[in-house]
Amino acid sequence: MKEISGYYDKEASLLEAVKNLRENKIKIKDVFSPYPVHGLDHAMGLKRSWLPRAAFIGGAVGAISGFGFQVWVFTRAYPINIGGKPFLAAPSFIPVTFECAILFAAFAIVIAYLFRSHLGAGADNKIYDERATNDRFVVVLDTAEIESNETEKIKSKFEETGAMNVKFEE
Amino acid sequence: MENLNTTFQFSKKAKIVLSILIFIGLVALAYGIFKYSPEKVWSALVLNSINFLTIGLGATFFLAIHIITQAGWHVSIQRIPEAISMYIPIGGIFMLVMLFGINHVYHWIHEVHHDPIITNKEAYLNVPFFVIRLIIYLSVWTALTLVLRKLSKKSDIQDGLNFYNKGRTYAALFLVFFALTIVTFAWDWFMSIEAHWFSTLFGWYVLSGVIVKSFAVIIIVLAILKYMGYMDFITKDNIHDLARYLFSFGIFWMYLWFSQFMLIWYANIPEETFYFIHRLEDYKVLFFLNLALNFLIPFLVLVVRKFRRVLWIVAAMAVVVFIGQWVDQYLMIFPGTMKEVPNIGFFDIGLTIGFFGIFLWVVLQSLTKADLLPKNHPYLKESFNYENI
Repeated sequence: MKEISGYYDKEASLLEAVKNLRENKIKIKDVFSPYPVHGLDHAMGLKRSWLPRAAFIGGAVGAISGFGFQVWVFTRAYPINIGGKPFLAAPSFIPVTFECAILFAAFAIVIAYLFRSHLGAGADNKIYDERATNDRFVVVLDTAEIESNETEKIKSKFEETGAMNVKFEE
Repeated sequence: MENLNTTFQFSKKAKIVLSILIFIGLVALAYGIFKYSPEKVWSALVLNSINFLTIGLGATFFLAIHIITQAGWHVSIQRIPEAISMYIPIGGIFMLVMLFGINHVYHWIHEVHHDPIITNKEAYLNVPFFVIRLIIYLSVWTALTLVLRKLSKKSDIQDGLNFYNKGRTYAALFLVFFALTIVTFAWDWFMSIEAHWFSTLFGWYVLSGVIVKSFAVIIIVLAILKYMGYMDFITKDNIHDLARYLFSFGIFWMYLWFSQFMLIWYANIPEETFYFIHRLEDYKVLFFLNLALNFLIPFLVLVVRKFRRVLWIVAAMAVVVFIGQWVDQYLMIFPGTMKEVPNIGFFDIGLTIGFFGIFLWVVLQSLTKADLLPKNHPYLKESFNYENI
């Protein structure tokens, strides 16, 4: 994999660099930052996250399975007469159904997030700069999509916008 | 921002439409007096008086909570809840008129010495104290609302920040007083209709309904103004935030409704369950319609982000919630006062239409008294420039 990466120490210059590169039709592979940078999604032209949809699906699955499990337990597997209520006492199932919906939605969000961001156990991510978790911002470009004669231009773009360092990797 | 149309004109056409609505209400009232028992007529009048008064209260609550939390997003629509809150004095007059009919609605008034349960409650449930309480609620609610409105109007001609800071004290006073009195108001005017029954959650449940309903009405008035060609400066993010309120407080209402229902259903104590048995057996359709209108339909529609940003969809859901809250309050009053099965006809609906006409007249009239945009508000810019994810 061939990559070019630019290193910044200021949020403002990072945003400027991202805008500048996109204006010149240069595709950005990814940006690493120690914290969420306000307006970066816009500058990178990212689409809306589908995390809410994962949460909704998780919640719906949780609600249905939570309710269904209780129906199965209280009518088929182990019916007990509790307080003279009918076996299928739907109102008393609601709190557990609600909790299951929340639990499954939370799991769905965490799993979808870890999956999408290549994080979690067993993830093998390349670390561009250790300080990207502290006070540095990294912009990464994929050279496979860039003409070889353009690399010099890109380097100058990086330096123009205040990059501290530009790395080429074969 | 300079070319915005921010002065509202109460057009002749709007006045004619509202006059027709009020006329329908008067016809319905005359028809009702002629045809139905005084119990039913007074119950319907009490229902509508409270329904629209609490919308005004919810609007002041909206203003007060945003002043206290130093919120900025609502500034571009702030004049709508302000105008709605101007209905409180008018609604207060209606409430005072209702005092003439309370002996038709509240059975504890004439059973107080025959019924040992009600006799035990006499220290709280007696007519003089009932009237005094109402007058205290109304005078403090009206005074604080008028003060907040006056400060907001003054900020248009003088320094906005100064009046904003002054408003914080009154907003805090209103919130504390409102939170306490809306609970006792709910005991007085709803729970005491069936004086044998009690529920500790009832006040908060009514409060949540009041809040969600006034958010719905703010959206409806916004949609009406937009239809009339005003409020062009509203951003999609403003609509999004209003829709979020409708969505989240709908869930909150459902949560309190269910908490009350499930505990009574599970404990199964006859003194408590009769309230729900009566509603479940004789008012079955309305009982489930209430849940569908207030929770299920708005929840399933507004859970989609795209729909939360489209004014007409949000406004349609606001109408659904408004009707749903009317049904909710109907179910608090009518099963207690009328022992028969529900009988919603021209009278009940026409009377509500008439009250809505008066309400909207007051709101539109108040909108003409101030600019549609509080132009010196310290957070005015924020309400145009923020962004919702």
